[in-house]
Amino acid sequence: MDLLRFATAGSVDDGKSTLIGRLLLDSKAIFEDQLEAVEATSEAKGYDYTDLALLTDGLRSEREQGITIDVAYRYFATPTRKFIIADTPGHVQYTRNMVTGASTADLGLVLVDARQGLTEQSRRHAVIISLLRVPHLVLAVNKMDLVEFDQAVFDKIHAEFTQFATKLNIPDLEVIPISALQGDNVVTRSENMPWYQGPTLMHHLEHVHVASDRDLIDARFPVQYVVRPKSDEFHDYRGYGGQIAGGVLKKGDEVVVLPSGMTSTIEGIDLFDQEIDQAFPPMSVTVRLADDVDVSRGDMIARVKNAPTPSQDIDAMICWMTSEPLRPKQKLAIKHTTRTGRALVKDIQYRLDVNTLHRDQETKELGLNEIGRIQLRTTVPLLCDPYSKNRTTGSFILIDEATGVTVGAGMINSSS
Amino acid sequence: MTQTHVDYQLSQLDQLEAESIHIFREVAAEFERPVLMFSGGKDSIVMMRLAEKAFYPAKIPFPVLQVDTGYDFPEVLATRDNWVNRLGVRLIVASVEEAIKNGVVVDDGKTSRNRLQIGTLLNALEEGSFTAAFGGGRRDEEKARAKERVYSHRDEFGQWDPKNQRPELWSLYNGRLHEGEHMRIFPISNWTELDIWHYIGREGIEIPSIYFSHQRRVFERDGMLLTESEFNPCRPGEEARERTVRFRTVGDLTLTGCVESTASTIDEIIDEVAIARVTERGATRGDDRFSEAAMEDRKKEGYF
Repeated sequence: MDLLRFATAGSVDDGKSTLIGRLLLDSKAIFEDQLEAVEATSEAKGYDYTDLALLTDGLRSEREQGITIDVAYRYFATPTRKFIIADTPGHVQYTRNMVTGASTADLGLVLVDARQGLTEQSRRHAVIISLLRVPHLVLAVNKMDLVEFDQAVFDKIHAEFTQFATKLNIPDLEVIPISALQGDNVVTRSENMPWYQGPTLMHHLEHVHVASDRDLIDARFPVQYVVRPKSDEFHDYRGYGGQIAGGVLKKGDEVVVLPSGMTSTIEGIDLFDQEIDQAFPPMSVTVRLADDVDVSRGDMIARVKNAPTPSQDIDAMICWMTSEPLRPKQKLAIKHTTRTGRALVKDIQYRLDVNTLHRDQETKELGLNEIGRIQLRTTVPLLCDPYSKNRTTGSFILIDEATGVTVGAGMINSSS
Repeated sequence: MTQTHVDYQLSQLDQLEAESIHIFREVAAEFERPVLMFSGGKDSIVMMRLAEKAFYPAKIPFPVLQVDTGYDFPEVLATRDNWVNRLGVRLIVASVEEAIKNGVVVDDGKTSRNRLQIGTLLNALEEGSFTAAFGGGRRDEEKARAKERVYSHRDEFGQWDPKNQRPELWSLYNGRLHEGEHMRIFPISNWTELDIWHYIGREGIEIPSIYFSHQRRVFERDGMLLTESEFNPCRPGEEARERTVRFRTVGDLTLTGCVESTASTIDEIIDEVAIARVTERGATRGDDRFSEAAMEDRKKEGYF
């Protein structure tokens, strides 16, 4: 059984929580006591049907306001796959949550209301999914029951979205007409839409091919923790613990340690008490080197002929996540892989209008939930790749040094 | 166990394990004084196993903290001692009894031990100056937990502010703290109850015997089967009798109910869990049933 992580996004009334409730219910991931509680609440509120949204809205204030505030993670499994859903709120003011949910997703699921068609928000969601390089996108055209399952309505939205998507970076797109409330094309094929020949949503989620999304060529191993037992039994043991961020590492490989540039060979790769032949993403392993070179947390092990160039000048897209705007000359803490340093904002090149994709080059700052392109100068060299090549070595977070809060999410375009 | 992978694919259990090990190492590298909160339950045992793997062949580089309610199952304490001895880690026991005696918490006779644990725990974290405390919480357990971060920031009162959580992106965790604050770390956030059981089965690790089917004198209260004990005498109208049961969760024995079951192996437990129609907490935890927001309220105060 493998794992698929997907992020969902939709506007307030697109029926996203209902859809998730439906997926959980139909895959039997919801328990009787949870369903009974929701049924009781729905009845007490005088609803005509069981409001499945109540299953996912976990915080009291959310139930009171009838909206989803924060990223919630949901789990279900079918015989072939385990799924982790990052359920993100769709309101304008919570874009940062959408970015958060999409950062770890293999697939993005955007909902639109068939009656409304594409809205500013659905475009924004698609842009964020594209910007975060989520490799697969599903547009679910929901509430088909409310437009009499009319193919013309679906075709119009399909065409409009496909045209918009050409401007984005979306390697794989699937558009599916559904009714989350009644279950059409969610798990079981809809009898109301014989004109639709494609997969149901669940079938697509179960079968979408994600194995090739990883980079298995460019070996990248950020050193996380130096394992030194200091015991009699393992007196001379010195291993480097970390999670493979790209490529395949094998015993005997000639490697370079960055930023020092020292070279060595891999003496062995350990997974707990076993030695393994090779390691690939996202394995957490311990690597031993043949030579006694100086390696510590924050360093990176890569191949001699295929290693990133250490750089302190970073060009990146930023999603700003706090109310105090980002301005040039600001100094922030930066965390990139296992490396931490400080960063100076040298320039804000433009703000990206996520609705029109217009680049506003006159901008002097980036506000909450705004996305833009910036230049940074860092105190320590980053051992990075473009985000388009590697989502692990191409991403970083910015931290406000006074409050300690994560204020920005960065995706590297290039470094020099 | 992971063998040669011709297709470079990891099973979901291997992926979850890799993610959890990454979190353990990250915390050990970035925090000065981490501690692992160990209840003896299946989730904290899986955490111990993951910590063991993360640092092998070195020992786990932080101590283990257990809150002793005074009402713990003896089988659970035995398993705790076996684990602690085998791994050679330091065990710190924070006793609710002691906390009551020292006036850290007040036992008014109405408050459950589980609630008194909060004050006892916060006090132990403060006394040990711990800056990061690993907990075995899983997001699939409960609605409020579904919104918990892996690194969950707690203010100087140990409180959780659900509306003001730090965004958590990629696998880049932000461990910045101010004086007096600490972080709760949930390395098995993305595991489900079934993942936990599959992992225990795969790893062949010791868990308390009360998870398996056994004979026990129990009585019914509020629709739950509770253990007869000196701490929990039968009230008028309640009658204890011997039944074949097992526990789905482990906690304060006066509040933790069991279920009738003949499951005596991990595989049989997995079959049972796979078809269970009631959540583990809803079925057997008196402390979570008081209101729809019971867990959210206790979490805000500093509950695990």
